[in-house]
Amino acid sequence: MKGTKIKKRIMQRLLLIISIVFIGSGLFAQQNFNAGSVSGNFKLEAQAYIPDSLIGADTVNEKMLSNSYMNVIYTNGNFTAGVRFEGYFNTMQGYDQPYDGFGLANRYATYQGDFIEVTGGNFYEQFGNGLIFRSYEDRDLGYDNAMDGMRVKFKPAKGVKLTGIIGNQRLYWEKGEGIVRGLDADISLNDFVPGFSESDHRLTIGGSFISKYQKDENPLYNLPENVGAGAGRLNYSLKGFSLASEYAYKSQDPSFDNRYIYKPGSAFLLNANYSRKGMGAMLQYKWVDNMSFRSDREETINNVLVNNLPAISKNHSYAYAAMYPYATQVNGEAGLQAELFYKFKKNSPIGGKYGTAVSTNISRVVDIERTAINDSTNIAAMGTDGYETSFLSMSDSLIYQDFNVEIYKKFSKKLKGVFTYQNLKYNQNVLEGHLGMVNAHTVIADVTIKIKPKHALRIEAQALFTGMETDTAGNDYRQDYGNWAMLLLEYTISPHWFFAVSDQYNIISFDDDVAKNTLHVNYEKTSLQRNHYYSVAMGYTKESTRISLSYGKQREGILCVGGVCRSVPAAYGALISISHTF
Amino acid sequence: MKKFSASTLFLIIAVYSFSQIGIQTIPSVDVKSIDGKTVNTSTFSNDGKPFVINFWATWCTPCKRELSNIAEVYEDWVDETGVKLIAVSIDDTRSMARVAPFVNGKGWEYEVYIDPNSDLKRAMNVPNPPYTVLVDGNGKIVWQHTGYADGDEDELYEIIKKLVNGGTIK
Repeated sequence: MKGTKIKKRIMQRLLLIISIVFIGSGLFAQQNFNAGSVSGNFKLEAQAYIPDSLIGADTVNEKMLSNSYMNVIYTNGNFTAGVRFEGYFNTMQGYDQPYDGFGLANRYATYQGDFIEVTGGNFYEQFGNGLIFRSYEDRDLGYDNAMDGMRVKFKPAKGVKLTGIIGNQRLYWEKGEGIVRGLDADISLNDFVPGFSESDHRLTIGGSFISKYQKDENPLYNLPENVGAGAGRLNYSLKGFSLASEYAYKSQDPSFDNRYIYKPGSAFLLNANYSRKGMGAMLQYKWVDNMSFRSDREETINNVLVNNLPAISKNHSYAYAAMYPYATQVNGEAGLQAELFYKFKKNSPIGGKYGTAVSTNISRVVDIERTAINDSTNIAAMGTDGYETSFLSMSDSLIYQDFNVEIYKKFSKKLKGVFTYQNLKYNQNVLEGHLGMVNAHTVIADVTIKIKPKHALRIEAQALFTGMETDTAGNDYRQDYGNWAMLLLEYTISPHWFFAVSDQYNIISFDDDVAKNTLHVNYEKTSLQRNHYYSVAMGYTKESTRISLSYGKQREGILCVGGVCRSVPAAYGALISISHTF
Repeated sequence: MKKFSASTLFLIIAVYSFSQIGIQTIPSVDVKSIDGKTVNTSTFSNDGKPFVINFWATWCTPCKRELSNIAEVYEDWVDETGVKLIAVSIDDTRSMARVAPFVNGKGWEYEVYIDPNSDLKRAMNVPNPPYTVLVDGNGKIVWQHTGYADGDEDELYEIIKKLVNGGTIK
């Protein structure tokens, strides 16, 4: 990077100044018996890898890989400063290789006054729903698009909050090329408008603007160096009802993601819900057109994303319900999600002695409708205006559909369970770039038996069945990897111990004609066999410290936490994990 | 950024040697109530009685087990000790609209807030949900716990009772 030397010198000076201020305030503070406090956390994970050609676990040259981090936060009155060290010796499989190494990944200082708050260094921030700006991190996913720059928050009047940000985004150990700057205003009308504060009607409005600058060095195209995006939002609530909506617009931003089309983008999000004791309902709608937004137009995967467009589908926590996870199609999609929660009361016919809670959820996402800009240009042709679409348009092309029902039932003081059924339609062609639609049915039972005080056994059984297809030669085959089943037994002794064993198995035999076709059609690997993916694990927890050990095989798949996903390769080996918060 | 100077390390050691170790009070962070109000976490209180902050998410299975299990005994806890549970959901924009209907659909009586960009989670060094923090009547954090196993709520309640009866935890 250019100017690294100067930056380094500035960095060193800055650190020196901060040190002096720190030590000074520390000494001063000690005389006043207020030296502030230091808190933080730490996590270390290390995995030893064993190659296993059957499940596709590759040889790892290092034999062992490890990820770790440590956060330290210093607080003294209105002043906060923090650092995070990260170490990757070398980066564990499933995370991005450029993390290899060790260093100071994050450092910041914040002053928090009554009216103003300033942060210098790294920070995380979200404007509104994040449609045009969200800086976020999740260490377990290796996701981190931290800002590095300055942030000011200002509260000029009651109910009014202004936020200004400027900086670069984290890109592994470097920073993204582009500069991101923006402003957000958030006004709670109940606090701002006199006499409105006690009203049952609650109204909040907000608006934000983000601009990114990146030099144009493209030999082919004349690219906009400044790209602007704006968003407006409105939140309304009345007793148990609440409505939140946001509209965002982005100026033309040709990028790798949108195949260099000169077309503005827009997005619309609507959340509505109503609930009272014992029942709740939720409706969510989203429309996205050409809204990929990164501070470097050439970047891919999860790198230097400026915004976050939430996926409109239930975020499942059971492995098989999440086997085909959905990710927002930033180039265009229209989605709808509805969910109902209901609790059948105690001592009612369905509720039984303890009551029964039921939830049902459906989400459906289709592509938007696109038409060519003229007769001689293909839709989304590189270097053109791309295509035309009308606001909130929908096509017939299904990308994802998820219908699921969950029942929570307590049978007795010792026995309770959660039962799930899911039907999923997953367009692999769009979402993964190969094959067609997967139609999967999944059933899950998660039962907890209280054996004696502090001792509990949890049994989790899951099965997934994919649909049948016929290939061009007339042979039947199962979609994708076919059917799966898994069983997990977890024994816990509160408050310290847990032990678990699990196994999962590709139910279809390699010898089946169906499977031969499946494996042939999908993977063209001739050495594939049906496999057991077994695993044993144990852990010890004491207050905020947790140590766990596991050994076994991991299926290749996609792991999602929160709203972010990453693909996990097949692995075989032993894993140790230690975490502590202080 | 990978390379860092010795002064950084010095800084950390210096600060460390002068200061109290471990999180003392709840940091000041804006979160959202489920009816859309912005609430600063420094205003969290329970009229001089202890309270529990529990980090959870609608997509976190052990979290839901923990809060469901506590919900069964929560009335007794409140009657006997006056304790309050504040459930902070780290659901982001994707699932935050589910929080209110989910909580009401379960019939939970907790005070619920949403931390959509994990600001409070980060400020309190919470690795992953579920994560439980116990705050005494003076606003001091006295106990923290990571993860959940069935029966952990009994340990938590023993500590709450000890605290209410004037015992020291930390």
